[in-house]
Amino acid sequence: MEKFTTITGVAAPMPMINVDTDMIIPKQFLKTIKRTGLGVNLFDEMRYDDDGNEIPDFVLNKPQYRNAEILIAGENFGCGSSREHAPWAIKDFGIRCVIAPSFADIFYNNCFKNGILPIALPQEQVDALMNDAGKGENARITVDLEAQTVTTSDGESFPFEVDAFKKHCLLEGLDDIALTLEKQASIQSYESRIAVERPWV
Amino acid sequence: MSPKTLYDKIWDAHVAHEADDGTTLLYIDRHLVHEVTSPQAFEGLRLASRKVHAPDKTIAVPDHNVPTTEGRDVFIENEESRIQVEALDTNAREFGLHYYPVTDIRQGIVHIVGPEQGWTLPGMTVVCGDSHTATHGAFGALAHGIGTSEVEHVLATQTLIQTKSKNMKVEITGKLAPGVTAKDITLAVIGKIGTAGGTGYVIEYCGEAIRDLSMEGRMTVCNMAIEGGARAGLIAPDETTFDYVKGRPHAPKGAQWEAALTWWKTLKSDDDAHWDKVVTLKGEDIAPVVTWGTSPEDVLPITASVPAPEDFTGGKVDAARRSLEYMGLKPGTPLSEVAIDTVFIGSCTNGRIEDLRAAAAILKGRKIKEGIRAMVVPGSGLVRAQAEEEGLADIFTEAGFEWRLAGCSMCLAMNPDQLAPGERCAATSNRNFEGRQGRGGRTHLLSPAMAAAAAVTGHLTDVRELM
Ligand code: SF4
Repeated sequence: MEKFTTITGVAAPMPMINVDTDMIIPKQFLKTIKRTGLGVNLFDEMRYDDDGNEIPDFVLNKPQYRNAEILIAGENFGCGSSREHAPWAIKDFGIRCVIAPSFADIFYNNCFKNGILPIALPQEQVDALMNDAGKGENARITVDLEAQTVTTSDGESFPFEVDAFKKHCLLEGLDDIALTLEKQASIQSYESRIAVERPWV
Repeated sequence: MSPKTLYDKIWDAHVAHEADDGTTLLYIDRHLVHEVTSPQAFEGLRLASRKVHAPDKTIAVPDHNVPTTEGRDVFIENEESRIQVEALDTNAREFGLHYYPVTDIRQGIVHIVGPEQGWTLPGMTVVCGDSHTATHGAFGALAHGIGTSEVEHVLATQTLIQTKSKNMKVEITGKLAPGVTAKDITLAVIGKIGTAGGTGYVIEYCGEAIRDLSMEGRMTVCNMAIEGGARAGLIAPDETTFDYVKGRPHAPKGAQWEAALTWWKTLKSDDDAHWDKVVTLKGEDIAPVVTWGTSPEDVLPITASVPAPEDFTGGKVDAARRSLEYMGLKPGTPLSEVAIDTVFIGSCTNGRIEDLRAAAAILKGRKIKEGIRAMVVPGSGLVRAQAEEEGLADIFTEAGFEWRLAGCSMCLAMNPDQLAPGERCAATSNRNFEGRQGRGGRTHLLSPAMAAAAAVTGHLTDVRELM
């Protein structure tokens, strides 16, 4: 997995609440058997009209946000389905960090598996970042995972929380499966115990 | 011993390893796999030369994008869908999983097949690369959706890296009024707590109105726990649960049944257990409901009118404005005057036999309004067969419904069953998101009986008027 340490980049403001996974990547793009190539269809129905032309008003179509690496959004971001195609599409577009007041659980977890950092901050701080992001390409926001801070272009800094294990994996780009397989012995001893206690499982 | 909730008990019984920082490897008893969220996971296994750790605990079934019309076992026209179904077929056979292809009468929506075959049992941990895995919580199993990376993790290790959620109790007291169903309960709860109200929690549903539900109804309730943001929904197992499970193909038998039963009976929250949040609704207060917007929390009784954006506060004002525009609705319009052109009965929320019976009871001796496209998609081949045997299929077809083969169908419209832009659908599924049932399509969520009533009148209708 790609490491995440610090990024300084353009942040795209998307002040909508309940942005669901069907908006992030509509189902017609779930038919792929690959993880890559979904970036062009990120937010497809908001981004393109029925003929496939870009809708100029949509934030990621605006010249200043086409290379955004950070997304600032409203509460309950990523609600809906478990499709990992949502973080795959976000990552493939080039966004590495999403900041919102709250996230849906499965989406939040899925981000970490794909080198994306989701950050939950209080509404007022998200509002401040949303304002900053609204200034366009000159307002570059810095996200420092090691220090657990988000810093606006004016130098105002907000600390954020992140689970220690998830942070470690993201900083080092670790593959969870390899880590879990190191605990194979515990898994096997659990299985032997259950084979006796709950043999019907 | 300190008192525990049901969730605490199931969690404790599945800890395979706990690190000093509390990060837990939770053992997974059942892993359900479907064609859409698994190909990349199997690919990952192959690339790393890994095996499926416990193929015996892994069940595969295609459902999300299979057509629901005859001939699908011979050829699936859409190339991408075909490739995904073929990939599942190859993966299931190569890795030796339990597998129900479309040619098998037991095929259906993964969350209907699992319980039907007795794969889902009380006290288990159940996961699937699909958010509505919460359905299995109806058995008192800890069940939740996972992403594809986690699917790969479970395939490789039969565990998940987890941190514990908080405990929330949702109690529905008293009795339900006539015409009010499990679907109305679950929508009413989401209407009350909001789509993020359960974030960070596992919900246990309890109270008399929940106890009175059949297993089908309980599955409907737990199915939508995720729509309230919760990681999972749970209902403590009781006689209703045991009766349902007994005799199913993969349920324990003989001495093992007795042993299982003894343990299952301990699976309930202790009286003095700690709850981080408690929500109570009176069963008598719940009315037949419908959604008006594009979030499952946009719920109102059918007797209400379309709200105005100004009725809300905060970010919801803009969200409501956007929803109303998308849905093409004017504030103040009585919901019962909203005309529909499509009716969809099915999905893992409401595609079980009891749901079809409830809809058929309304349709018996009636015809759907002219010009309406209506379809019933049974949740599994076995539900379909049973409905045919009970004569329900005839009631549906005589009323003017299409009688389809099992699958997810228009719940997410990945197969050819889709809404055209602007079409308005009364749907028994679980998501009314923009574009969910087809680009530009408009979805109103409701119960099977309410869907049947809407098919008859051509507009959203209070089912009690047809009872
Ligand atoms: S019926 Fe709908 S919600 Fe259920 S598994 Fe299929 S697509 Fe998901």
